[in-house]
Amino acid sequence: MDSYDASESTPRQSTSSRPEDYFIGATFLQKRLESVRKQTSFVPTPPRRKIPHCSLLQEDVDLQKVAFLLHKQWTLYSLTPLYKFSYSNLKEYSRLLNAFIVAEKQKGLAVEVGEDFNIKVIFSTLLGIKGTQRDPEAFLVQGLTLLPKLECSGTILVYCNLLGSSDPSTLAFQVAGTTGACHYSWILSKSQLPSENRESKVLWTGWFCCIFGDSLLETVSEDFTCLPLFLANGTESNTAIIGTWFQKTFDCYFSPLAINAFNLSWMAAMWTACKMDHYVATTEFLWSVPCSPQSLDISYAIHPEDAKALWDSVHKTPGEVTQEEVDLFMDCLYSHFHRHFKIHLSATRLVRVSTSVASAHTDGKIKILCHKYLIGVLAYLTELAIFQIE
Amino acid sequence: MSVLRPLDKLPSLNTATILLVGIEDALLQQLADSMLKEDCASELKVHLAKSLPLPSSVNRPRIDLIVFVINLHSKYSLQNTEESLRHVDASFFLGKVCFLATGAGRESHCSIHRHTVVKLAHTYQSPLLYCDLEVEAFRATMAQRLVRMLQVCAGHVPGVSALNLLSLLRSSEGPSLEDM
Repeated sequence: MDSYDASESTPRQSTSSRPEDYFIGATFLQKRLESVRKQTSFVPTPPRRKIPHCSLLQEDVDLQKVAFLLHKQWTLYSLTPLYKFSYSNLKEYSRLLNAFIVAEKQKGLAVEVGEDFNIKVIFSTLLGIKGTQRDPEAFLVQGLTLLPKLECSGTILVYCNLLGSSDPSTLAFQVAGTTGACHYSWILSKSQLPSENRESKVLWTGWFCCIFGDSLLETVSEDFTCLPLFLANGTESNTAIIGTWFQKTFDCYFSPLAINAFNLSWMAAMWTACKMDHYVATTEFLWSVPCSPQSLDISYAIHPEDAKALWDSVHKTPGEVTQEEVDLFMDCLYSHFHRHFKIHLSATRLVRVSTSVASAHTDGKIKILCHKYLIGVLAYLTELAIFQIE
Repeated sequence: MSVLRPLDKLPSLNTATILLVGIEDALLQQLADSMLKEDCASELKVHLAKSLPLPSSVNRPRIDLIVFVINLHSKYSLQNTEESLRHVDASFFLGKVCFLATGAGRESHCSIHRHTVVKLAHTYQSPLLYCDLEVEAFRATMAQRLVRMLQVCAGHVPGVSALNLLSLLRSSEGPSLEDM
């Protein structure tokens, strides 16, 4: 978010009507308005946080269903609350979005090099991806390819009754060059190949979720659905088209969520603190040194068990992570590096953190590797998204 | 001498000296150049330092205002500032020290939370200014502001002293600090 402050912070011209008109009681937003009126800035970062725990995920979610969420690189966006969104109209939304995509592609605005394929969009809910019962259900939008229609000068030959093979999906390609030994009948039809037997390839996936979004849920009225975190995997142009449709239909706003170095170091500490049975990846940090003419990248890889041992020696309070512990953990890594290489890593910018639980890049890209801590990772990201919306 | 004291030297006639402390040489140099471009009734002297203590071999005039420049993008600059603060005498903090936080404009590059810097300024009872020193226009404005503050701290503005200015600046910050 743009946190540029001039030398004395100018009072933000927020709503001039009284806060009592909007809600009853002192809620988060009212406290915020008070602090704005006092011409100060509200600092929402708590100095301590809970370590993500895995309890909620195992109760509700089937592992197979969320397996497709893991090991994929997601780009993060924060999303303002959706107006008049309802879970029962998902089919309707699919239909509308399909029509919109077709219209956009025909307009020629999204120029894609490659074959001209159609995307079919499906909406579905993801059960169990939520922090508390109050959180709205997560839902998923998938863009699948439709197979290209076989059209050749008006007539299409599709089916042959070849001896033996009854699988219609293999018939079409065996037509040319068949000998007269088999019966076949020409069918004039323009139908597509039957696609039930084939799996359409998933081209684009996006999902919306909200984990522990209590601070946001309190402030919005009934018509709004709060799903502040949006994760997308797929081409940028598809994301842009689908984003535009959502913005037009539900009066919301997407903005890319960048993760700054401060939050990355928190993530590193929290993910190192997670107890894992076996480590699939080394703990790795990437720093970018801003020097001219081109920037230098420093990559620091640690054996995950060593990182966990370091964290255990730093960590005092069970179940919670404090700012001092995070700073101490990072300072230990910096001083170790300085002792060997005489480079002050604290003067550089942390760009990427990857552990066995998940990996995050400062541009807002994330990859989750461990299903046990999925909710925990999403909870922190939701918090960042909510912070950005406000 | 390892500790900077405000009153251990006699002031020179019509001269005001400012000391900028920070690890980013380029930024400090640019800020110094902007300050020297300002037209000011008194003669300005700008000293730059990476950290304190200053080497005692150099003969320097009495320092009227110290500005600690903290770059929010690097934790190292914060650590450097904290180290340097130990070498400043307590009587300097009566309005002759100021903190300048730069780099808040690019939120994604920040590795220090603003909270930390605000708390630091509050602990040392000194004003905290924000400025993106990389942007020309903001730098010029900040240079103007620092020159005015320097004139007050050097006693060149009749009727206003450094301590006066400090209490003026402090009252506008408000009670948000109790939230911490």
